[in-house]
Amino acid sequence: MSYVLEARHIDKYFYEPVEFHVLRDISFRMRRGEFVSVMGKSGCGKSTLLYILSTMDTAYTGELYLNGELLTGRPQPELARVRNAHIGFVFQFHYLLPEFTVLQNVMLPAQKLARKPQEQIRQDALDKLELLGIADQAHKLAYRISGGQKQRVAIARALINEPDIIMGDEPTGNLDSTNSDNVFRIFRDLCDTRGLSLLMVTHDLDFANKTDRILEMEDGRIIDGNEE
Amino acid sequence: MINWKVLLSISRTHLLSRIRQSGIAALGVTFGISTFIILVSFMTGLNQLLDGIVLDRTPHVHLYNEIAPSERQPVDLLEGLENSWNVVRSVKPRLSQERIPNALPILAYLRRHEAVLGVTPQLKVNGFYLAGSIPLSGILNGIEIANEIELFNLDDYVVEGDPLLLERIDNGILIGAGAAAKLSVGVGDRVQVRSAQGEVFPLKIVGIYQSGLAEIDDVQSYVSLQTAQQIEGVGTNYITDINLKLKHIQQAPRFARRLAAQFGITAVDINTANAQFETGTFVRNLITYAVSITLLVVAGFGIYNILNMVIYEKMNDIAILKATGFSGRDVKYIFMSQAVLIGLAGGLLGLLAGHLISVLIDHTPFETQALPTVTTYPVNFNPLFYLIGLGFALVATFFAGYLPARKAEKIDPVDIIRGQ
Ligand SMILES: Nc1ncnc2c1ncn2[C@@H]1O[C@H](COP(=O)(O)OP(=O)(O)O)[C@@H](O)[C@H]1O
Ligand SMILES: [Mg+2]
Repeated sequence: MSYVLEARHIDKYFYEPVEFHVLRDISFRMRRGEFVSVMGKSGCGKSTLLYILSTMDTAYTGELYLNGELLTGRPQPELARVRNAHIGFVFQFHYLLPEFTVLQNVMLPAQKLARKPQEQIRQDALDKLELLGIADQAHKLAYRISGGQKQRVAIARALINEPDIIMGDEPTGNLDSTNSDNVFRIFRDLCDTRGLSLLMVTHDLDFANKTDRILEMEDGRIIDGNEE
Repeated sequence: MINWKVLLSISRTHLLSRIRQSGIAALGVTFGISTFIILVSFMTGLNQLLDGIVLDRTPHVHLYNEIAPSERQPVDLLEGLENSWNVVRSVKPRLSQERIPNALPILAYLRRHEAVLGVTPQLKVNGFYLAGSIPLSGILNGIEIANEIELFNLDDYVVEGDPLLLERIDNGILIGAGAAAKLSVGVGDRVQVRSAQGEVFPLKIVGIYQSGLAEIDDVQSYVSLQTAQQIEGVGTNYITDINLKLKHIQQAPRFARRLAAQFGITAVDINTANAQFETGTFVRNLITYAVSITLLVVAGFGIYNILNMVIYEKMNDIAILKATGFSGRDVKYIFMSQAVLIGLAGGLLGLLAGHLISVLIDHTPFETQALPTVTTYPVNFNPLFYLIGLGFALVATFFAGYLPARKAEKIDPVDIIRGQ
């Protein structure tokens, strides 16, 4: 059995304004092609965990593996490369570069990776936008499209380098129910037809119930959902 | 590995989407660089003009026989007193002539010497211009006119008449403009000259000479070497000065020392004679660079400010870029390249503006009595200045961009994303 993501005994403290043990001995594994959701009360540490799993936050103890390789302790530039090639990230707020077109936003991570010629990258980006049903918006500036469209562009961007895993921090938290259903269906579809691994933090129980597994968090611990 | 194409396309989009701010930042650089170009072209043009005046007229080595006391007084030669402390008071110059001994062999030797470009012999004769009953003291310089023109551009300072007539007619004189004015004479007129021995010679004015220095123009005139020798009543081997132009001016001091030792005469080289001009050049250069660097520092602060602001506004972009796999170094280069692009655009525009204004100055009339050959302001168009100017612009903007870009490099994307 190959695990796409594995966390072992992750602990994290905040020291400002007072010392605070935010994550306590977090351990879990995700199989390739699994769609996992993370639930828990506000402030229980879900976002903090996700930043560590996505390699952006390195101030923790414990071990983090991606595809069986230890990421903990690697230097920043290498982690940036890992994020670029292997991890897609979707935020709650639609994080796009506002002065760039939708198409450019999707293309940037692939241009950074520079594994394919420019024309191929452009075609891939258009394909991803097509997949998410927003190809007609490709040449608009990113700040000129609606919230639901932005979130789909962000997903297209997360997909562009064919990552091993996509992580999301309440990716539907800011959308109305139609858009939110839409985005969920896209994720479900990516998981079922393309075997993508997904890890999504959510507040939405309906959303979570339709995923393969729910990790339940409370006060910095995982209290339910870890398979034995 | 740095993927410059992507990074530059990002910084280009950043710059173009705020074209007004970028433009103002670039204009600051433009102002600094164009000022530098104008100042340095004009100042060095002035330097060259002034140096040119000196270099044109001043021989690289000037040989003459200085009337001076003997270094070794007779008492020093007295046997038995070599090791004692001899004091001689009220020493007088040794009795000798002003002429250079063995002038003709020396001339012949120098003409053959490979380091020498040209040689002109001169005979300086003191005399008086006679204006009615009043004698005006003057110096008649006996010269070989064709040589003087070729080596020292004497014709540049002839404002009227034909200097070459000195050679072709007997008893011609190229008279100083000041003296001519005092005597109320012009080209074609005759002027009476009385020698130190009291003889009077009528000379025909073939031209008017104006050096720009009044004390010279009031006194000095040129005649042919033969005429001078006749007035002085001496033979054809009587020469008081030899002026040399060398192939390489740098050799002047060494060559002068050698000639002095070899022929036992005084030899002054151009560097010694004109040391003070170096100081003037240095001060003008100092002013140029000080003003330009000050302006560029101001422009640099402008860029620094704007970039700081841009980075503050672009926190989100920076977080997204880092979250999607751009490294801190990539982000740093994105903002550095924006600064350098501003510097490049502003710098190139500054070179163009500076060049155009320099051309304008170069065509501005500038007439002065003192410099008869100059009609417009002097400007030195040296391509090197344009290279230096562009280099300045790039270095200044590089440093202005460095600190803000470093800050962008260090921004933690988690802080930004969490802050939403
Ligand atoms: N930078 C920080 N410094 C100090 N405390 C923080 C910081 N970020 C988050 N926290 C605290 O850590 C806890 C977990 O935060 P977070 O992971 O954002 O929770 P969740 O995403 O589950 O709502 C909260 O109590 C929050 O106040
Ligand atoms: Mg959260």
